[in-house]
Amino acid sequence: MTAYRLASGGLIDRSAPLDFRFDGRNLTGFSGDTLASALLANDQLLVGRSFKYHRPRGIVTAGPSEPNALVTIGKGADSDPNTKATVAELYSGLDAHSQNRFPSLKYDFGAVNGLLSPFLGAGFYYKTFMWPAAFWEKVYEPIIRKAAGLGRAVLERDPQAYEKCWAHCDLLVIGSGPTGLMAALTAGRAGLRVILADEDFRLGGSLLGETARVNDASAQDFTETVLAELRSLPNVTMMPRTTVFGWYDDNVFGAVERVQKHVALPQAKLPVERLWRIAAKRALLATGAEERPLVFGGNDRPGVIMAGAMRTYANRFGVAAGKSVAIFTNGSAGYRTAADLAAHGVEIAAIIDSRAEGADVAPDGVRVIRSASVIDTKGRQRVCGAVVERSGFEQTIACDAIAMSGGWNPVIHLACQRGAKAIWSEDLKTFLAPDVGNGLVVAGAAAGRYTLAGCLKDGAEKAVVIAADLGFSTVSHTAPAVEGEIDPSFTALWYSPGAKAKAFVDFQNDVHVKDIGLALREGFGHVEHAKRYTTNGMATDQGKLSGINATGLLAAMQGISPADVGTTTFRPFYTPVAFGALAGTSRDEHAAPVRKSPLHGWAQRNGAVFVDSGLWFRPAYFSRGGEKTWRESTDREVRNIRENAGLCDVSTLGKIEVFGPDAAEFLNRLYCNPFLKLPVGKARYGLMLREDGMVYDDGTTSRLSHEHFVMTTTTALAGGVMSHMEYCAQVHWPDLKVRFCSSTDQWAQMAIAGPKARLVLQALVEDDISDAAFPFLAAGAVTLRGGLKARLFRISFSGELAYELAVPAGLGEAVADAVMEEGMAHGICAYGLEALNVLRIEKGHVTHAEFAGRVTPDDAGFGRMVSAQKPDFIGKRLSTRYGLTAADRMQMVGLKPVEPDQHIRAGAHLLREGAKPSTLNDQGYVSSACFSPTLGHDIALAFLKSGRERYGERVVVWDKLAGAEVVAEICNPVFVDPGNTKLNS
Amino acid sequence: MASLIHCPHCGVRPKEEFSIRGDASLIRPDPEASDEAWNDYVHIRSNPRGRYREHWQHVAGCRRWLVVERDTFTHEVFAVTDAASSAREAGR
Repeated sequence: MTAYRLASGGLIDRSAPLDFRFDGRNLTGFSGDTLASALLANDQLLVGRSFKYHRPRGIVTAGPSEPNALVTIGKGADSDPNTKATVAELYSGLDAHSQNRFPSLKYDFGAVNGLLSPFLGAGFYYKTFMWPAAFWEKVYEPIIRKAAGLGRAVLERDPQAYEKCWAHCDLLVIGSGPTGLMAALTAGRAGLRVILADEDFRLGGSLLGETARVNDASAQDFTETVLAELRSLPNVTMMPRTTVFGWYDDNVFGAVERVQKHVALPQAKLPVERLWRIAAKRALLATGAEERPLVFGGNDRPGVIMAGAMRTYANRFGVAAGKSVAIFTNGSAGYRTAADLAAHGVEIAAIIDSRAEGADVAPDGVRVIRSASVIDTKGRQRVCGAVVERSGFEQTIACDAIAMSGGWNPVIHLACQRGAKAIWSEDLKTFLAPDVGNGLVVAGAAAGRYTLAGCLKDGAEKAVVIAADLGFSTVSHTAPAVEGEIDPSFTALWYSPGAKAKAFVDFQNDVHVKDIGLALREGFGHVEHAKRYTTNGMATDQGKLSGINATGLLAAMQGISPADVGTTTFRPFYTPVAFGALAGTSRDEHAAPVRKSPLHGWAQRNGAVFVDSGLWFRPAYFSRGGEKTWRESTDREVRNIRENAGLCDVSTLGKIEVFGPDAAEFLNRLYCNPFLKLPVGKARYGLMLREDGMVYDDGTTSRLSHEHFVMTTTTALAGGVMSHMEYCAQVHWPDLKVRFCSSTDQWAQMAIAGPKARLVLQALVEDDISDAAFPFLAAGAVTLRGGLKARLFRISFSGELAYELAVPAGLGEAVADAVMEEGMAHGICAYGLEALNVLRIEKGHVTHAEFAGRVTPDDAGFGRMVSAQKPDFIGKRLSTRYGLTAADRMQMVGLKPVEPDQHIRAGAHLLREGAKPSTLNDQGYVSSACFSPTLGHDIALAFLKSGRERYGERVVVWDKLAGAEVVAEICNPVFVDPGNTKLNS
Repeated sequence: MASLIHCPHCGVRPKEEFSIRGDASLIRPDPEASDEAWNDYVHIRSNPRGRYREHWQHVAGCRRWLVVERDTFTHEVFAVTDAASSAREAGR
């Protein structure tokens, strides 16, 4: 037993013990602990196995940069892989598991990879698994993936709830350490709307583990005083447990708030995480600085911990990482850790200082070895000694933990996420953020001002400037006085020479110094290339500890300045964000809105089987007793409509009301066929083209009065056509006096088709709808029995005598019920999309299966509709170009199998008899196909080269997917009633 | 891409409410114009780095077409105006 809980001290509640589990062991911590501090208190230092070599790894940091202590918290669907133990707040019942080990953390088979490490250098996978190519996907990758990798994402549905919110403020302060606190306080006092966000569950940042005194009080008491005042300010919102992970355009920040990640049983009424988008007029980046690890032999052995982290564990959590600690440092910070640990009664085995001299004072009786370095560490699953080299002499110093301190890296990620490149400071031997404008100001240690007094002052001063910029006046306050100030000085040491074991740069991805050297030798010396070649910085910690050291090493190896090497690119997210939080409530049935027709209930009552059609639910067919397949129902519906009558819900078609003195002119320019002289009370089929001459959409448009038209669009393009019309009206022809609005949702519309359609309708409509009074393509207002005003259109998709009746949406079901009731005597049935489709194929009518984007009006047989007289319409000019009028274009034809029992499927290609299937021999394709109950065999619509000249010829319908070849006869695409006698009856 | 767009009719709104069509400098040619003019209008697009005028529609708001003048590199938005006003100013 070496790591242990100190007898006193720390911001933990010793009266509130918390039981938790790690790899099945029952352990106890205290309220205020992180999982990592509680594990340390239980001497559980070994927490994971490394990615590639499966080396034992222990806790290294006390914060979000942790590369090793990644655990899975929870079980089954409710588990969170790759959770950093160093930021996971301890709660009673927390159940954590280590990762990447088999069968157990202590005895891991994968560790054999460590023996193979001479062969597993950088680029190993690229070089070794190149041949044979087909092996990569099937053999190599699955094996590598099984051996490597960290936590496993579960396949079960995440049972937790998430939500997304917007927040707005004058000033967003990111980080609640000394800089952030003073900034928030200054701005809050001035009346700014302030949000203070910090990823920690307890606000205060570095002050929580600080032994320096502020304003004659402990740093912790000072923090409490400031927080109490901030809480009293109604204009200040404090957001602990909130990681600001990204900085986006227009000063919008992304943040994730862990609302219920620290409880065993989340309340159902609250989300577990909340994704915030914070629109901030200004923001202050007060994220502090990260301690830089030292790169020395054996530096990955469990027990080697950042010096600052060890200090935090001792001061904030009351945990000693060891009983006898050796400290390896290149600056004053190591001495500060030594002093604090000694004050807690921890033995300091030695301070190994890479510098030749320094003014730092070691605790009484502690040996200081100058100009020395650690070249190896002893021990297996935890360190038991440090091998120290000085002037060619080696000695082993017994210890059970090693604190390392390599200087400071300001946490500038957010400031560099929008393209700005970090700038090397020769003075501070680190990278700083450049000036990124006044939207985001970097302050305190994040700006390289490391002293406590400097941070307190910088935060306050920068908040004063921001407040003044935004028009707020501030009251000046004297800066807090600091006693026992921090000395942040250090001498850069990128690599501790003479290593006798692997010196790791990236702990999580197992990248060591030799890998960086290899990348350089093999031509991957650019910092971005070296990253990809070695995977340094590509793990879940994204190089928070390793990035700057890799840059320093690349520079040192080439004898150039780190300024000339630069950093890799900083991108959101600062720390990983769960997909659940990004999805928010947009999942399952909330992923997309569900649109239900006003006749949905009617369809349900009539036995509809629904099908998704975009956002709509539409009846596919109406199943009746005894019918076992969709085909049985569909065939019955089709036959019944050809013989009697049917009712189909067509409410989903887009409906757009067009008004104004120029309404006719506007439609005339939108459609390729003429609309200017459409008489009032008439409907007309219209074809809309794209500007390139291809068909865009079709539908009927009716003139209800001189200045009022109602247009219909296809269901799929209802939204697109509306935007297209808005573009044309606002951008092309802003002078036209026309206004329009969608009325799709306002009308319930039903098609009533079949030879008995008029008989059924006449019983309900008070107006005369005889063929003489209301002929084919008549359209207008009618009054239904009882006085309801409705719209009636005599249009037909099925080829039968047919009407479309539109009534206000709320009355749709009642009217449909009435139609069905009146129709019962005439044998009416409800019919769905499948029957609708069969009926229109039999009649040779087109849909978007035909108008697939490469079809001109002439291709589909509508060549004569295109007006030659109109001076202009959308698509006119490019319709006449050569390629669109060529004689060998694919034209729409009908197909029927020569053997009537054979089947044709949509998507099949057409070949001349005897021709080999090839792109060159391709004659066309089948766009729609079905079984025709009317004819008793399959029929199809197809596009075939020069098709209209080839009626009577035979083609091979080649269906690779179905493995079928069927000989079919080319015919007129109108299979049923080509003379339109039924339509006009 | 900007995060927030200042719609001249609705105020500051998140970009998710808008859809983008593309180059706003294109003017639909006269029907009698040359093949080249029509080919340029329908098919040819530049992809500039820097200042760019685009047609955006506030689909989840006022549904007006807007001209968004922005920098494709810095993402700065210089101006958002109603497309019909711009079209009228251009003499359409």
